[in-house]
Amino acid sequence: MSDATKTTNLTVAQQLREVHWYQKPRWRKLGALLALGLLMSMVTGVQGTHKDIFYAIRENFSDGSVAVWLGIALVVWAVREFASAPFTSSARKVKGTLVTPLGAVGRLWSTERWVRWTVIAGFAAILVWGPMGLSRFWQTVLVDQIAIYLLVAVGLNVVIGWAGMLDLGFIAFFAIGAYSAAFWTGALPVQPPVVLNNFLVIPLAVITCLIAGVLLGAPTLRLRGDYLAIVTLGFHEIVYLAAKNLGDVTGGTSGVKVERWHIDLGFWSYEWNVVDQMPFYWLLLAFIGIVVFLFIRLEHSKVGRAWTAIREDEIAAASTGVDTVRYKLMAFAIGASTSGVAGVAYASKVGYINSENFVILLSILVLSYVIFGGMGSIPGVLFGAAFLVWLPEFLRDFVDPKDRHMYLGALLVVMMIYRPQGVIPSRRRQRELQMAEAGTGGADATGPAPGRQS
Amino acid sequence: MSGAADLTKQTEDQTGEPTRTPMLELRDLRVFYGAIEALKGINVKVYEGEVVALLGANGAGKSTTLRTASGMLSPRDGQVLFHGERVDGIKSHDLVRFGIGHVPEGRRVFPRMTVRENLEMGAYRFKAPDPDDMDRVFTLFPRLGERRTQLGGTLSGGEQQMLAIGRALMGKPELLLLDEPSMGLAPLIVRQIFDILEEINKQGTTVLLVEQNASQALQLADRGYVLETGSVAMEDEASALLADPRVRAAYLGEGAA
Repeated sequence: MSDATKTTNLTVAQQLREVHWYQKPRWRKLGALLALGLLMSMVTGVQGTHKDIFYAIRENFSDGSVAVWLGIALVVWAVREFASAPFTSSARKVKGTLVTPLGAVGRLWSTERWVRWTVIAGFAAILVWGPMGLSRFWQTVLVDQIAIYLLVAVGLNVVIGWAGMLDLGFIAFFAIGAYSAAFWTGALPVQPPVVLNNFLVIPLAVITCLIAGVLLGAPTLRLRGDYLAIVTLGFHEIVYLAAKNLGDVTGGTSGVKVERWHIDLGFWSYEWNVVDQMPFYWLLLAFIGIVVFLFIRLEHSKVGRAWTAIREDEIAAASTGVDTVRYKLMAFAIGASTSGVAGVAYASKVGYINSENFVILLSILVLSYVIFGGMGSIPGVLFGAAFLVWLPEFLRDFVDPKDRHMYLGALLVVMMIYRPQGVIPSRRRQRELQMAEAGTGGADATGPAPGRQS
Repeated sequence: MSGAADLTKQTEDQTGEPTRTPMLELRDLRVFYGAIEALKGINVKVYEGEVVALLGANGAGKSTTLRTASGMLSPRDGQVLFHGERVDGIKSHDLVRFGIGHVPEGRRVFPRMTVRENLEMGAYRFKAPDPDDMDRVFTLFPRLGERRTQLGGTLSGGEQQMLAIGRALMGKPELLLLDEPSMGLAPLIVRQIFDILEEINKQGTTVLLVEQNASQALQLADRGYVLETGSVAMEDEASALLADPRVRAAYLGEGAA
């Protein structure tokens, strides 16, 4: 009898140890590639706009494109599995020839001052004058969307990337900034005590957002992670619904017309007008430049170090003398005011705002820009925002415009699987993920799990 | 209390010489967790240059006492005095500036900062970390010196404890509060750490520590307090406590009482 149990035990172990053919990497890769091929054939083929929901699938199977895509998948798989050696060696050769000049430039960069300045100057020149060569459509996208969301994303990065607080309602502050601009320039149905120029509204919007940030932050900063996220989500909904339903005050869904940027000094005046996008672009570029410069300084200051410590371990941070509540509030307020400036810039550029400019989707999108680019890394966040705002506009020409966000979603899913640290991750974030993989730490958005607090 | 003879002499010396104020004094401390009274009027004194140990079973109130002293908890009643000045109600991050260093329970190093960055964080209250302090920590803990670029979270438990102590030292504390430095560590490492604590004390830092490991703690300490269910049950010279049959029975696991 004991023999019988022994053999059954063994067989269970054997069963568990056995690797089926479909579990071997080679065949799993084939399966994945074929699935991708199938997906691509559906994506690129006829779209399912017909009443019959199987129409598109039937069409795509019958017109042979499936066979083409599956064939491509098969070839890719076969080459990678059986004939990869010549490819990788030649790829390495190509990479080698590429790496040497890049390495040389890198070495010069660190030793020769003039190389550094030439590269920086060249880059700056492209940033300043490059967009003049773009079509009007892309100029508009660049100014109305990319530049604005860069500002918002850089602000959100302070809250989530540096202080480690998950904020799902960041666009609320953007809305507060935009409505501040509308109010103080006299665009809302309610009149301000004095009508101000758009530029003078900026400090007021910053203060308003600081106050809003502190008001939201003060009672909720004891919460961490998930709870804080829900609270900020609720805050966003409050701001959005207020903007939507208080039509007598905010203009509601029908919106209000806001004056565009203008300077009037009496003897000299200038007005940014819609005919040319470039002056708007240069103005926003200056804003972004100032904010990024300030934030880089901030990151390496004592404040930045306090944020890092809080993110790692709040109790330890407090025991080394970091006033955790104050610095968390500060992060909230700084992020909020940056978003507020972006709101002013948006209202003063587009010249019209309504409550639908501030839907919850935007908060989620901005969050995804930050995570996609690399939380906590300014270059990463700038890239993430620029790329993910650009992508749906770019896709407009290639896919059904209604589906654009689907591709964005797919990209994010793939990205989170293969490169969760973001495109240009911060050094610290990379460490976190390495440690999480080694099982010695968490990699949540909000840093390590809160420890025991008996 | 029978012991603490010379202390009693010093504090109750009425003849001309002023009485010596303790560096840290906990006076009739009462702390509640909700409705539960965790500390029922505790009196503890720590004099300059001493090592004082708080002993007791789980739930006796040792950590609560230390957390109150370090400003993480506020007492409902009673006072915390530092050099005779009331400091209860001051938050822990501000107490650091008074020269009270705190090594929290469970080590709590910054897991994704290197050893060096952890130590630099310890000097957060200063404009810049003092290189002499850094050298001192690396001399006290040569192992940290070897691992200065390693991430805190990848260190072993003993090394993390050393790092936590080193980090507290970077803040130049007059008084070091330690919450169970021996927790979860092998006996050999515990002995090493206690040797280093002795060295730190010799260099002029006063130490108040909470320990389960009564024999190690009492060998290091000058005086000890034994807590039971939120009150001080015994208070004496460490050597006297170590010899006390009740302590030996309850905390050193020796035969009958």
